[in-house]
Amino acid sequence: MAVPKFWRQIPALYNLEGSVCGCGALAFPPREVCPKCHAVGLKPHRFRGKGTVETFTIIRTPTTDPEGENIEVPARSIPYVMGIIRLEEGPRLTAQIVDARPEDVRIGDRVELVFRKLLEKGPKGVIQYGYKFRPV
Amino acid sequence: MAGIISWGSYVPRYRIKVEEIASVWGMDPEKVKAGLRIQEKAVPDIDEDAATIAVECARNALAVDVPSDPASADSSSSSFPSSSVSSSSSSSLPSPLAEHIHAIYIGSESHPYAVKPTGTIVGEAIGVGNDYTTADFEFACKAGTAAMQAALAMVRSGMATFALAGGADTAQAAPGDPLEYTAAAGGAVFIIGKDHAVAEINHTLSFTSDTPDFWRRAHERYPSHGGPFTGEPAYFRHVIASTKKLMHVAGTTPSDYDHVVLHQPNGKFPARAAARLGFTREQMALGMLVPLIGNTYSGAAILGLANVLDNARPGQRVLLTSYGSGAGSDSFDITITDRIVPVQKQIRPLQSYIGRKTYLDYPAYLQKVRAIQHT
Repeated sequence: MAVPKFWRQIPALYNLEGSVCGCGALAFPPREVCPKCHAVGLKPHRFRGKGTVETFTIIRTPTTDPEGENIEVPARSIPYVMGIIRLEEGPRLTAQIVDARPEDVRIGDRVELVFRKLLEKGPKGVIQYGYKFRPV
Repeated sequence: MAGIISWGSYVPRYRIKVEEIASVWGMDPEKVKAGLRIQEKAVPDIDEDAATIAVECARNALAVDVPSDPASADSSSSSFPSSSVSSSSSSSLPSPLAEHIHAIYIGSESHPYAVKPTGTIVGEAIGVGNDYTTADFEFACKAGTAAMQAALAMVRSGMATFALAGGADTAQAAPGDPLEYTAAAGGAVFIIGKDHAVAEINHTLSFTSDTPDFWRRAHERYPSHGGPFTGEPAYFRHVIASTKKLMHVAGTTPSDYDHVVLHQPNGKFPARAAARLGFTREQMALGMLVPLIGNTYSGAAILGLANVLDNARPGQRVLLTSYGSGAGSDSFDITITDRIVPVQKQIRPLQSYIGRKTYLDYPAYLQKVRAIQHT
């Protein structure tokens, strides 16, 4: 992820800031147009960071990087768990599940937001932080 | 009186036992445990660093409903007026208290960047807005208490309504170095304010000298140390002098304190210093965490303080003395107030982190601390 793109996504990555429409629909990541009523002018909405594991997979092969950059954190973390988390407020997102052995994760597990490193762009690059989840 | 408004602590989930490390290097684990008085240490996951630890601590500190009206607590005198914060584009903040934090100081000897502050990452992650000042602190294991003193000065001077300060570390130790048994990860932060204190800071002072007992040169991965030199002229001289000076200024004696926390690079040093200062094992009990989590460096003394705050009763008096190699000690004389009771009911206790743990074998430990990697 390029540095400006990461910088623009900091509110979503750090604090689960999505969007809320006047019709009440919530979205994550934030949207310009309401996915339900197609209105514009959505406002920021911060999700509480509680959810459940809807499904998950175990990553056992080090990630390769199409941009040719070092992706130190996931490459060193294998095996690790990637899950689809349904937030209490409704929207779903994909995130790593940490603080749990892959064999211990189950569909339906309650999870909570944690703040962790996502990527390091090599020893010279920026460190990208953001959301992951851990079992409650 | 100014003091601690709220606090938050964190220790990573992973642990390695002394036996596991000793078996790799052919050492007698019982001798190591007896010498260092440590059972196991906390190990950070690959995606944890001083910034992520400080963020979890700060979020814990803000996850309480205190005080009733922070805006009334002298915000008009601040150089970083909170009025502009409310114009933030964000519709909601994780806590109202966050809007009134005007200074963030994080101490660490493992800041993730050499150039780029940890404090801005913490500030963004807790939603303080943009009207705050920050700088990173470094003074070996006492960077956290140095940050707290600066935060207290900002609050007392009126430059900040509230200030967030503390320490977080993922301590490094070369494989085979005696430090490998103790160098651990964890942290604690404190929100300092002029009013609404759950723990009033009656006095704080320091004792500092140029003593090269432990250091890490620029670009070096692991620290170096002076072996036995880290004891008498370094740890003991500074901890004892600073603590005695504090009691002299405060007009107190050892028996005036209900809880005493001394920096704990291992279990042996603070026990010896306490005995020389006249403190009992009972006074040290709540603040002595190193046997179970190791030396969390900038987090070590203040994690002890966090555990005291988790459990202390109103009216109790607390003495805290940190130690940082290089060298210096900061001492604090603290009185617990009635306000701590409702906060204790909301705070995430340190014991919840200490109690949940997953043990690593030595190869898994090497992977976590990045000494080995899958090709």
